[in-house]
Amino acid sequence: MTETLPGGAIPNPTDEAAINAAVDQAITAIAGAATLDELKAVRLAHSGEKSPLSLANREIGKLPKDQKAVAGKLMGASRGRVNKALADRTAVLEAENDARILVEETVDVTAAPRRRRAGARHPLSTLQDRVADIFVGMGWEIAEGPEVESEWFNFDALNFKPDHPAREMQDTFFVEPPEAHLLMRTHTSPVQVRSMLEREVPIYVLCPGKVFRTDELDATHTPVFHQFEGLAIDRNLSMADLRGTLEHFARQMFGDEAQIRLRPNYFPFTEPSAELDIFHPGAKGGPAWIEWGGCGMVNPNVLRATGIDPDVYSGFAFGMGIERTLMFRNEVGDMRDMIEGDVRFSEHFGMEI
Amino acid sequence: MRIPLSWLREFAAVPADASAEDVMAELVKVGFEEEAVHRPTDTLKGPIVVGQVLSLVKEPQTNGKTINWCQVRVVPEGQEQTLTGDGIDPSGVQGIICGAHNFVEGDKVVVTLPGAVLPGDFRIAARKTYGHLSAGMIASVRELGIGEDHDGILVLSRIGLDPEVGTDAMELLDLYDEAAEINVTPDRGYAFSIRGVAREYAHATGTAFTDPAGKVNAPAGLSGGYGVKLNDDAPIYGKPGCDRFVARTVRGVDATRPTPPWMVSRLRLAGIRSISLPVDISNYVMLELGQPTHCYDQDKLSGDIVVRRASAGEKITTLDGKERTLDAEDLLITDDSGAIGIAGVMGGAATEVSDSTSNVLVEAAHFDEVSIGRSRRRHKLPSEASKRFERGVDWQVAGIAAQRVVDLLVELAGGTADDAGTDVGTAPETITIELPARFAAARIGIDFTEEQIVTSLEDLGAVVEKNDGGWNVTPPTWRSDLETKEDLTEEIARLVGYDKIPATLPVAPPGRGLTRVQEQRRRLIQSLADAGLTEVLSYPFVSKAANDTFGVAEQGAARSAVKLANPISEEQGYLRTSILPGLIEVAKRNHSRGFRDLALFESGLVFLPAGKVGTESIPPLGAKPDAEVLDALYDGVPDQPFHVAAVLTGHDSPAAAGHTPRQWDWADALDVARLAGDVLGIDLVVGQGSHQAFHPGRTARLALRTGETVGYAGELHPKLLAASDMPARSVALELDADALFEAAPDVIVARHISTYPVATQDVALVVPADVPADEVLDALREGAGELLEDVALFDVYAGKGIEEGKKSLAFGLRFRAADRTLTADEASAAREQAVALAAERFGAVQR
Repeated sequence: MTETLPGGAIPNPTDEAAINAAVDQAITAIAGAATLDELKAVRLAHSGEKSPLSLANREIGKLPKDQKAVAGKLMGASRGRVNKALADRTAVLEAENDARILVEETVDVTAAPRRRRAGARHPLSTLQDRVADIFVGMGWEIAEGPEVESEWFNFDALNFKPDHPAREMQDTFFVEPPEAHLLMRTHTSPVQVRSMLEREVPIYVLCPGKVFRTDELDATHTPVFHQFEGLAIDRNLSMADLRGTLEHFARQMFGDEAQIRLRPNYFPFTEPSAELDIFHPGAKGGPAWIEWGGCGMVNPNVLRATGIDPDVYSGFAFGMGIERTLMFRNEVGDMRDMIEGDVRFSEHFGMEI
Repeated sequence: MRIPLSWLREFAAVPADASAEDVMAELVKVGFEEEAVHRPTDTLKGPIVVGQVLSLVKEPQTNGKTINWCQVRVVPEGQEQTLTGDGIDPSGVQGIICGAHNFVEGDKVVVTLPGAVLPGDFRIAARKTYGHLSAGMIASVRELGIGEDHDGILVLSRIGLDPEVGTDAMELLDLYDEAAEINVTPDRGYAFSIRGVAREYAHATGTAFTDPAGKVNAPAGLSGGYGVKLNDDAPIYGKPGCDRFVARTVRGVDATRPTPPWMVSRLRLAGIRSISLPVDISNYVMLELGQPTHCYDQDKLSGDIVVRRASAGEKITTLDGKERTLDAEDLLITDDSGAIGIAGVMGGAATEVSDSTSNVLVEAAHFDEVSIGRSRRRHKLPSEASKRFERGVDWQVAGIAAQRVVDLLVELAGGTADDAGTDVGTAPETITIELPARFAAARIGIDFTEEQIVTSLEDLGAVVEKNDGGWNVTPPTWRSDLETKEDLTEEIARLVGYDKIPATLPVAPPGRGLTRVQEQRRRLIQSLADAGLTEVLSYPFVSKAANDTFGVAEQGAARSAVKLANPISEEQGYLRTSILPGLIEVAKRNHSRGFRDLALFESGLVFLPAGKVGTESIPPLGAKPDAEVLDALYDGVPDQPFHVAAVLTGHDSPAAAGHTPRQWDWADALDVARLAGDVLGIDLVVGQGSHQAFHPGRTARLALRTGETVGYAGELHPKLLAASDMPARSVALELDADALFEAAPDVIVARHISTYPVATQDVALVVPADVPADEVLDALREGAGELLEDVALFDVYAGKGIEEGKKSLAFGLRFRAADRTLTADEASAAREQAVALAAERFGAVQR
């Protein structure tokens, strides 16, 4: 859309009215350009080499000397106005264009695919780490041991008399041949024994791990489950220290409102022994005391079995089930969900518990 | 132990309105656990009354049965029915249809009237049947929930009752009583008796206790009774199998007399079925005093009773009718005919009391815990008697229990007791425990007063005498579990109350945090989860076949594995030597539940026995074994390295709009394995591998720089996948993580970061098709020298333009010098050196 003066005549560079008319025409055309492409055409028509103003400019050279200055000034100012209008319009149209492209590129972010697979930890493993961290924070160390154990570490060293009914209550998996005295540990207490044999007193260790009992799998039983047991051996430890430690731990796990309760019980490896209950204000069906584990003062026979003098040192021990903790803490209704490996169970928890 | 409340009330101050729950709440305080409540009225509701059958008309039915149309009076004659309600006849006589035929006109029976509810939520209502309106039911013991007998209805005269018509039958049969069931820990044998529990109830509530043993008037000495000899020539741990045997004779007993309903009710609430009067009495006394007793038909005995060990192979037929072969360690009760009972476990059939028994010999003996426990286990014969003997019975109570049985046989069975009796044996030595004054306070953390200590111990029945630094304590004869000052301390704390123990927090010495291996393990697990894999757990129980496939690379080799003596399932009788079998099962389970795209991993121990496992013997408890013995115990435990494994099947991500998921392939398995190496700072060496569980051409062997194999990754063998119903092309990996942890660098030395410009050059090499790319890469790296910063394989090509049997590998080499800008010539020279070494090693030709 090339517009020139009527008749295509070249305006006289000294004719201010004609030049102004050409400038006005150019500015109108620039303002009317709706796109950068249109503007490009306008630029060619009004500022290009063949445009009236350029042609008029070229005429200056032909002018008499005395007119050259006036015409030069007029043409310079006029072309300057056109160029500025072009630049301004370019900036506006470019900004509009940029904005339009961004609008056009709009996507539905709610329809985004998940390209990366989200992994997950098993909550029992996450919980086990969290428990360990609480005790490490208290200066305790984490001790571990084998899952197939010598009978001595699992029973005798822990003061289970060979013929005592308590030994049978453990529902032990024995290893062939039975004469080799190997079994699958029924609790993580053999790790306590190993710790007492291998470490220097004072000892403050937490022993987490898998344990095994010959229970068939059902909603509340599994032949393979996880425990964590704590052991402290030092001078002058008392049951009050045991209670204080358990209370501190319970509060780290369940919040400052957590309460614990000790009830008399029997274990061969502790004397006195206690059952540990925890008050669960958020329990399904209302606040309740929930059986959480066992604990007590280490039986002097256990100390003797590991060469620690019971007249000099005393100690306490406790043990809880990780499955059980997860069951009441996170309202897991069925043991099977935890151990069948259904990905929905782990993935629901993600990396958290 | 189940405790009928009416029984407990005889000896403890249980409030009249206390429920079984209330009683349990008290007992929990002193260390018993709540188990259950047994309350007949939870399932049984009146009106249930005594009725008398006025008339009985037999009406044959078309179905061949005959029913009785009965008129039953349910209020005393001449009185008015005070009950009201649908179906209750104001006349006091109910018309009732009854199908049983074991009764006649005039019999007194139990009538459940309309409105009553029987166990099983069986609601009684008047209903039309067999052409009559039957308004109630004449009940059998089974319908009432108090027995098994369903052959006929309960005729009250046959259980020795002749109550007034209209009497509340629930009251008559003691059905308003209830029992609290508590769990008794294995050290507290004394609590398997009303006597023991009543004492504990008194401890818990601070109320009075009446010792049932004190109510029995047993003679001080017995002589002239049935001959008994204690001949144990093989005591276990030096303890005689029987150290007391009391025998009493009651003559002229009528064994057919019914057991009184109150006794039947208490036995039933305690969980014991009524059998016959003499047996019921024996059980009743056991429950009351904790002393098992046995009644023999004295006329079936021949010669003296001898308590001795069995000879191997000796046989006995026990009360349950089974013939059992005895072990030389079994303690027996014998007479001239041979074994007549396994001591403390079960009596023999030949000498048991029967309906025709007239003269009863009552045995109350004291047996060794260990001996009884072993016999019980050996013969798998858990009995009420063995349960008590194994946990310890009061030596002193035998004579009292025998007397109590005698008294009840006289009172209820019409017998006459012989004055003469037998009581042989030797009392065990009493032990005295020194309790230092401050010991309990220091151990518990409560500043016990002297009075608290002495009173608690005396309440238990102990004799407490002051000594120089504390007390000498003689525990009561029924508390064989009290042997040490720690035992006494628990008792003091228990009776004062565990709730009084304060809380103090001991400060541990500065710890060292997690060990390096613990850190590594966590990082490994977390990294795999972060990489998109889902952590699962599986059981370590596998079949032999699974171990032989996954545990060894070479086909046909058997894997040495740990076998369980008593597995949950024989088929899965071994412990895993690889994590993969369990993980594949988990993958299958998820697959069957509709999850097709899976990336699962598990970490845990595998069990690799080698050489000698276990030890022939184990050292005794209570003493530290010698170093040699300890070493043998340690060495006997099989190796149990920590492994990590993963199974990938299906696609890498869920299909979605604008996203095409990629199918997992062998390289993904390898990639996960390498990631595991990376996060531990280990550059795994990958080689073409061979493992029977994997695809022969798509398996990578993963090794350390030392050459040690640490695992495999790749596609699982197609046949194995098909056989285990797994999707084709599923991939897997397994690594010995412990080996990786061990190989991880201790200190990583930093590298200088050069800021001089990089010079990159590409090279394509044609090599024989079977040359591993990784080895060519190694050659290039080595040949290029130190100017090479990095080299990567970016293309593999075979086909047109490449000779048959060869392949073209394209590598990008990046050169940079530490101290100058490289010239193009320098870079080219290094590349030529690299190519030259590849050419030398593999005949590589530059394309």
